[in-house]
Amino acid sequence: MVQVGTSRVKKGMAEMQKGGVIMDVVNAEQAKIAEAAGAVAVMALERVPSDIRAAGGVARMADLGIVEEVLNAVSIPVMAKARIGHFVEARVLESMGVDYIDESEVLTPADDLYHINKKEFTVPFVCGARDLGEALRRIGEGASMIRTKGEPGTGNIVEAVRHMRTMMAQIRKVQAMSYDELMAEAKNLGAPYELLEQVHKTGKLPVVNFAAGGVATPADAALMMQLGADGVFVGSGIFKSENPEKFARAIVEATTHYTDYELIARVSKGLGSPMTGIEISKIREADRMQERGW
Amino acid sequence: MKIGVLALQGAVAEHLRMLEEAGATAVPVKKVEELDELDGLVLPGGESTTISKLMHKYGFMDALREFGKAGKPIFGTCAGAILLAKQIEGQDDCHLGLMDIKVERNAFGRQKESFEVTMPVAGVGADYPAVFIRAPYIMEVGENAEVLAKYEEKIVVAREGHYLAAAFHPELTEDTRMHKYFLDMVKEYRN
Repeated sequence: MVQVGTSRVKKGMAEMQKGGVIMDVVNAEQAKIAEAAGAVAVMALERVPSDIRAAGGVARMADLGIVEEVLNAVSIPVMAKARIGHFVEARVLESMGVDYIDESEVLTPADDLYHINKKEFTVPFVCGARDLGEALRRIGEGASMIRTKGEPGTGNIVEAVRHMRTMMAQIRKVQAMSYDELMAEAKNLGAPYELLEQVHKTGKLPVVNFAAGGVATPADAALMMQLGADGVFVGSGIFKSENPEKFARAIVEATTHYTDYELIARVSKGLGSPMTGIEISKIREADRMQERGW
Repeated sequence: MKIGVLALQGAVAEHLRMLEEAGATAVPVKKVEELDELDGLVLPGGESTTISKLMHKYGFMDALREFGKAGKPIFGTCAGAILLAKQIEGQDDCHLGLMDIKVERNAFGRQKESFEVTMPVAGVGADYPAVFIRAPYIMEVGENAEVLAKYEEKIVVAREGHYLAAAFHPELTEDTRMHKYFLDMVKEYRN
């Protein structure tokens, strides 16, 4: 019997992205640059996160004209963002043939209590998380891929590092626990027990885990890979840099060879300026995107 | 028996695990020097455009053509099958061009059309769990290539001598029969 949209097919799609870089793009031209530089997928957006931050107001699903333009421009997978809890935006993106949906805190949440029931969809979802409990809640709702939230649009890696380190430390702790301790830990983390049990047995998340939210340089990408990321999302970091094509290529190479420091040095030379960053303490707590999601 | 998995991008860990379970010693390959010690190689699933760019950059194109021409077996899954093919629909150029097959990329559609199905694969089994993800298929095979599996009249597994190509992802299952089949090929060509 033929089955579409199974958990294996949805998670498998994310497995194929491992070791790769997923790049934010706002038009066909940027999508082609990303593809030519070796991106494994592109995220079609109306604005990159740093511009969303600057524009303020309510950020919604992208103009569908842009999504369609990007779908037609490249042969690699195309992702797009829906607001947290906005299952109609997600259904619309699914109907257009988008390959992966990011239920994203970069957009203004549409529901302040619930995320989308992602199990109902044929298209797979990626969601942001800051710790193991949040990651397992999203997976419990049907997410097929997790990424750190970091702090989007800042070009500042510190939050992504914190989220990845937190998640990895919690995974190690759960793995080392005795079975007796798991239920209490599930309660502490706010995580579904069965998924926590899987983490205990395997010592890893049940789905692929990418880094996102602040990656701006090749060295940032390599750092996140060494901390345990399966791959990297780069949002504003590429097309807000001085030389997007070179930056894109360099970040792809540094993600593949993340322990080869001579190679990272070589690809990082003469890149020009990365995007201008923002110190996290300069962002009011209410304006921090990572606080969105529950 | 030592088998490498090209580890530039894609589902590398899954192939390593399956090869070990099937009885081989499996190692990731990121540099051309690492090809020297190998008896065979797997080109994993991933994004063929990404993997191909990195292969060009690090000298894998010539190194792998030599590897193949020296009679060492290569198994390409999904993106790996595209890398092996001599012809790609809609493109003038190919990647390695080692195997006499013509492939079409993303031929079953986008991700929402991706599927799994139990199907027969000749020499492997009557009930193989095949996972197709934005999968290509093989439009034609050359006269020396053998068709091992078809799905809805489309060729999805083919073998030409010491080259094996599958449109689906054996590495995403718990079933090691495809990997064992490949290891038998490696034994055959090693002697």
